[in-house]
Amino acid sequence: MQQRTPKVPTPTVAPVEQTPRTTADSKAWRQRHLLDLDTLSADEMEHLFKTADVMQGVLQREVKKVPTLRGRTILTLFYEASTRTRIAFETAGKLLSADVTNITVSSSSVVKGETLLDTVLTLQASAADVMVIRHADAGAPYMAAKHLTRTAVVNAGDGAHAHPTQALLDLFTARKHLGSLQGKKVTIVGDINYSRVARSNLWGFVRAGAHVVLSGPPTLIPWDLLKGKDDSEHPFKSVEVETDVRKAVKEADLVIPLRIQLERQQTGLIPSLREYAMYWQVNDEVLTHAHPHVLVMHPGPMNEGVEISSSVAHGVKSLVKQQVTNGISVRMAVLYLIGAPKEL
Amino acid sequence: MTTSNKTVIRGGRVVDPSQGMDAIADVYIEDGKVAWVAAASEKRAAAGAQVIDAIGLIVSPGFVDLHTHLREPGFEHKETIATGTLAAARGGFTTICAMPNTNPAMDTLQTVRWVIHKAETEGHVRVLPIGCVTKGRAGKELAEMGELASAGVIGFSDDGSPVADTNLMRTALQYSSFTGLPIIQHCEDPGLAHGGVMHDGWVASRLGLKGMPGQAEEVMAGRDIHLTELTRGKLHLAHVSIAGTVEQVRRAKAKGMAVTAEVTPHHLALTDEWVLGTQDKGHAYAPLTLKAYDTNAKVNPPLRTNKDIEVLVAGLKDGTLDAIATDHAPHAVTDKDCTFPEAAFGISGLETAFGLLMRLVNSRQISLSLLIEKLTIGPAKVLGAKGSGLGTLKVGAAGDVVLLDPKSEWTVDVKTWASRGKNTPLNGVKLTGAVMTTLVGGRVAFTAPTLKAGSAGRAR
Repeated sequence: MQQRTPKVPTPTVAPVEQTPRTTADSKAWRQRHLLDLDTLSADEMEHLFKTADVMQGVLQREVKKVPTLRGRTILTLFYEASTRTRIAFETAGKLLSADVTNITVSSSSVVKGETLLDTVLTLQASAADVMVIRHADAGAPYMAAKHLTRTAVVNAGDGAHAHPTQALLDLFTARKHLGSLQGKKVTIVGDINYSRVARSNLWGFVRAGAHVVLSGPPTLIPWDLLKGKDDSEHPFKSVEVETDVRKAVKEADLVIPLRIQLERQQTGLIPSLREYAMYWQVNDEVLTHAHPHVLVMHPGPMNEGVEISSSVAHGVKSLVKQQVTNGISVRMAVLYLIGAPKEL
Repeated sequence: MTTSNKTVIRGGRVVDPSQGMDAIADVYIEDGKVAWVAAASEKRAAAGAQVIDAIGLIVSPGFVDLHTHLREPGFEHKETIATGTLAAARGGFTTICAMPNTNPAMDTLQTVRWVIHKAETEGHVRVLPIGCVTKGRAGKELAEMGELASAGVIGFSDDGSPVADTNLMRTALQYSSFTGLPIIQHCEDPGLAHGGVMHDGWVASRLGLKGMPGQAEEVMAGRDIHLTELTRGKLHLAHVSIAGTVEQVRRAKAKGMAVTAEVTPHHLALTDEWVLGTQDKGHAYAPLTLKAYDTNAKVNPPLRTNKDIEVLVAGLKDGTLDAIATDHAPHAVTDKDCTFPEAAFGISGLETAFGLLMRLVNSRQISLSLLIEKLTIGPAKVLGAKGSGLGTLKVGAAGDVVLLDPKSEWTVDVKTWASRGKNTPLNGVKLTGAVMTTLVGGRVAFTAPTLKAGSAGRAR
């Protein structure tokens, strides 16, 4: 694969089982929960990526299991269907030797009408150290975290609000292949207004100094999120909108098409998937307008032939498979930083 | 509580906008009615009367709330007529209009009579019921408005929901005109607001929550004003929240139409940024804390923006907005201790109304007398004949009086509330301006612990 400035740092940090939980560690990482990227400092972000580098080293070994989280209990509580995110968390937890229990909504008392609050309090009482929550309602993990005194919360996607581990693995993958993201042009295309991935990615890429351009049908652009952009303190003041995808990807270093949810068509926000593909599909022709070395990421699952053409999805510019693998390392890093016993 | 039927309130600054009065005066109430108001310097005798010392306090006509949810019958876990009317007394309100979205809804003579009877036996303040526009608030068939009027309702409303069907609204405005009572409309275009949980703006988008644009209120308000013109009916717009509605009401009034409007304390003093949970201290662009998604700031219509507040305040000043009404909407803890989209809409507002509104006075946006006007004679006039003798201290008016300390600082603590609804985004917030004593028909319905009725000590 051809990559500009391939920058894959070899892990130079000590292996995980020897990583001492020093006070420096706890100073570099101050988050009790991981709910979104907005609360992470630049130092915390760096620390997390360094930890993910170490985890990547672990994944490359013959024997991948390390005892770091032995005796710790991780629960995944998914109120929405998910394959890759849940499996990535489960795998990450197991590789760190944690006891991982998956709770699916249909098999729990949730169907009997138990409230989210009762459920998380019950699970805390069942000795969960970390709870990984996905919920269709924005803010659900915040409400859980507010009431939990002992259990740490990792947000695995809340409504249209945030999906921090996806954004972290996107940033981690982009840094591996582009080096520093300062000044790099990143174009996000598609269903941005209803996308938690897009919102978390905005915090991440903007903070990393990238030049972010959003493109898609006007009904899926988050106009309100960019409201008041002339305010010098506005977090997204550098973000641009260009509905013409060919202009939006001009000279782009990275293009991220987002999954088009099929219900967008049902709610009338786009007339048809066919028309969407005609105007906003990321395909080889569209990418001729981008930088010659442009790379493509997709948070998955992909609707090939709708927001991305098969040839791009599986072509040399695609980082989709690396994203999946990095998803494990990044989630191992998150579970380690959130879930390791805190020294008092 | 005293058994005396004579009460004199001595030495307070009487502010009664109904007669342009702002003077140090004594107010004498006999047999439940104002018998005289005289300059304090006169020291007019009031033999045998209970004396309430109001030196240093504002003496105002009791507040009239056009928009309260008492929840009874049907939702007694949220509020009852007893607790809601005590909350009203604590907030300085001596008359409250009860919305009919109870269970059963107040769409029959029997339910309305039941509420009136319950309020007479258990209530702490006057309760004026509002009847439904449509049977069961279902928006299909008109309720029996004539009979509801005969039972004593002061207007008709399907509040909580709008009357969505345009032709049905036309019929309602036309049919109700024989009763002389207004249709009180909750303006919201259901299609445009569908699924929205807060104001459609930066905060909603940042939180990933679905917004309800202000235009959802504006288009419905515009529609209903047009229908009022068509039918020569009588329309009262509940809880106006957006700048555009104020402009439409202003135009309707300029044409001489029978259109009145109210605004709530929370829409006058709070913005959508309160959903971030940082109360007064936050910055809209700051990282979220665990207090974000404050369900106690979820209300319909939603909290809007500073730009809307400016226009709402201007509307109060030029008379476009007739009254301030609380839209007191108490809920149980379980209705709010859930995710933001799941949480019920509503703010429990009776016990914070005056303190919150004093922010407008203390920041010099409006005068104290304008504030009192919009809480007293303003809403009483909206009630027309039903408001006669309310919201005023004219001789012969109801002996409904509230004593206010505009300088008193206090911190909102829902644990001390009478209302069962502890749902306020203001818990823990410091307010300046307190209700000290409330009299209904000359009888003390509430006295703040620091001021004892009849005590000689100067109130603080």
